[in-house]
Amino acid sequence: MATVAPASREDRSREGLSKRQRTLIVRTLLTSLALVILLLYLMPLGYSVLTSLKTEEQTADINAPILPASAETFEYEGETYDVYEVPLEGGVRNLALFDKGRTSSTFIDPADPEAGEITWEGRWRTLTPAYGLALEWSNYPEAFGFIRFMRLLGFTVMYASITTVAATFSAAIVAYGFARFRFPFKGVLFIILISTIILPPQVTLVPTYAFFFRIGWIGTWLPLIVPQFFSNAYNVFLLRQYFMTIPTSIEEAARIDGAGPIRIFTSIILPQAVPALIAVALFHFFFAWNDFFGPLIYLAGSADLLPIAVGLFRFNGLYSSEPQLIQAASILTMIIPLTIFFFAQRFFMQGVVLTGDK
Amino acid sequence: MAMLLDEVQRTRKGGKREKMGKLARTEARWGYAFIGLWLVGFVVFYLIPMIASFIFSLYDFQLASPEPARFVGLANWRRLLFEDPLVWSALGVTFKFALISLPIGMISAFFLAVLLNSEHLFGKSVFRTLFYAPVMVPAVAGVLIWSGVLNPTTGWLNRLIEALTGFDAAGPSGIRWMDDPWLVYLAYTMIGLWGIGNAILYNMAALQGVPTELYEAATIDGAGWWQKLWRISFPMVSPVIFYNLVLGVIGLLQFFITPYVLTGGSGYPEGSTYFYMIHFFKQAFGFLNMGYGSALAWFMFLIAVAITLLLFGTARRWVYYAAESR
Repeated sequence: MATVAPASREDRSREGLSKRQRTLIVRTLLTSLALVILLLYLMPLGYSVLTSLKTEEQTADINAPILPASAETFEYEGETYDVYEVPLEGGVRNLALFDKGRTSSTFIDPADPEAGEITWEGRWRTLTPAYGLALEWSNYPEAFGFIRFMRLLGFTVMYASITTVAATFSAAIVAYGFARFRFPFKGVLFIILISTIILPPQVTLVPTYAFFFRIGWIGTWLPLIVPQFFSNAYNVFLLRQYFMTIPTSIEEAARIDGAGPIRIFTSIILPQAVPALIAVALFHFFFAWNDFFGPLIYLAGSADLLPIAVGLFRFNGLYSSEPQLIQAASILTMIIPLTIFFFAQRFFMQGVVLTGDK
Repeated sequence: MAMLLDEVQRTRKGGKREKMGKLARTEARWGYAFIGLWLVGFVVFYLIPMIASFIFSLYDFQLASPEPARFVGLANWRRLLFEDPLVWSALGVTFKFALISLPIGMISAFFLAVLLNSEHLFGKSVFRTLFYAPVMVPAVAGVLIWSGVLNPTTGWLNRLIEALTGFDAAGPSGIRWMDDPWLVYLAYTMIGLWGIGNAILYNMAALQGVPTELYEAATIDGAGWWQKLWRISFPMVSPVIFYNLVLGVIGLLQFFITPYVLTGGSGYPEGSTYFYMIHFFKQAFGFLNMGYGSALAWFMFLIAVAITLLLFGTARRWVYYAAESR
């Protein structure tokens, strides 16, 4: 494994420490550095989770603590009193404000109300209210209901699963053609295939849209689903690369036994390419889950058919003054992709590397 | 990218025409049968629309109006090149943002790959997974999360800056990420950093392909960490960096979700977030102006081709291909 060893310079200069100790120090420093960067990198996730558990009042209050919390109160003899952080001689104590005065007020200790009133000299308005941890879980059901999450989820899952199956299998069929057969113009066709990967999709978008408009498909899912049955260049390229690495000997044996190309494809190639097929399927699933621009233009007039990504965008337009609901809704939309990713990450990350330059 | 070209060349050789016997003809027929699906898709969804798109650009074609399209020659192109100031300002905005965001993103991806590849890192696989995870966050959700983090008063970034430096970042005269025409590019760049996971993986794969002997030889010659990084790792990884650069530039020409979700396409502040793609979206799908929309799309395509060719032209100077010296 190739690495840039940060320890090299120290190797000659420090004699007091054994090599093992030095390595340990380097490893600790490097891991701490990675940890700090990671925490910064993932900080927005922490912000989102904590904000999604706050009350609306707390998100608007600049002085409120970072953790989800609510101002503490104390009930005493049928009355509710606010709790403040009171600086006393023995240190800061959380006390309930019992009797407000201009320059001195009396407090009672919520932990021991029988001990009697405690008098504090000073303006009570300068005191900070005491906060206790309070998680506002109800934001989730509220956001869930507001964005009609089940409906969005239903359409998203429908779109993602149909097109994932379609895109993966159509790409596998085409990739097999490019990987194993010789035919005229194959080289040129393959160059064309690859160049469509880099082609900005906008250049074909307007006529495609006008065509779907004329045949009445705007406002339906068809323009988003049907083209996926004709394979996608990126997936074809990835699968072809993988098929090329499968040895041809089994196929030749099967051919001698009289198996035709379709049989060889379904019973020899596909079973051996499962990891690559899974990678392609995952790529496509996440692509479909996140697809924003396509649904935005093709489903523009049909608010009842939207997938999650566009639904969340609309929701943000309506509830932008309630960050706790926006964050709760954002987290709802990412739970499924993140869960799938954590379970299938090996297939996924290997697949990414397959497409890169190796 | 280098591999792509290699592939193309290899296929070209493999596909060289021979005299076709009966067997070869059967084989060719099967080959076309398998790729037929793509061929149909290519003609229907790429070739015809691309030509149609150019023809549309010569017409005054309003999808919403019942009147038939009217041939107007190069009027759409004239409007695009000379009469619509928004085209050039949107292109300017797109390139300004690319110049800020691409270097930051690519340098971050390279250094994170070096870090995550280091043999001295504990818990490597956990780190790799967690650094990749934000790629899985749906783009709209990611933008909304970041817009909360970048909120001038309640966002964590300004609070963190305040806690670390003492500068009153979250106060009334603090940092307003989304309201300043230059800071907003930094803000969008930060949002974009959640998408560099793939670039990190490509860089890592390339780093793993560097022969260990190179580092060993350099160490014996007395090279330090930085020298090895700059003289060995960087050149060896440069094909991947080039690939990321090409994809990055083309991707940024299509930059849409972040500005659209955050500003609704208004260009706020001062038009600095009015990207080319926003202009295209408004013309083509807001006003349903298919003729002008097509001209804008074709212009964008030509720019993408020009930039790609330009980048390939510079590649010879700084991208190292091991295959060439072999």
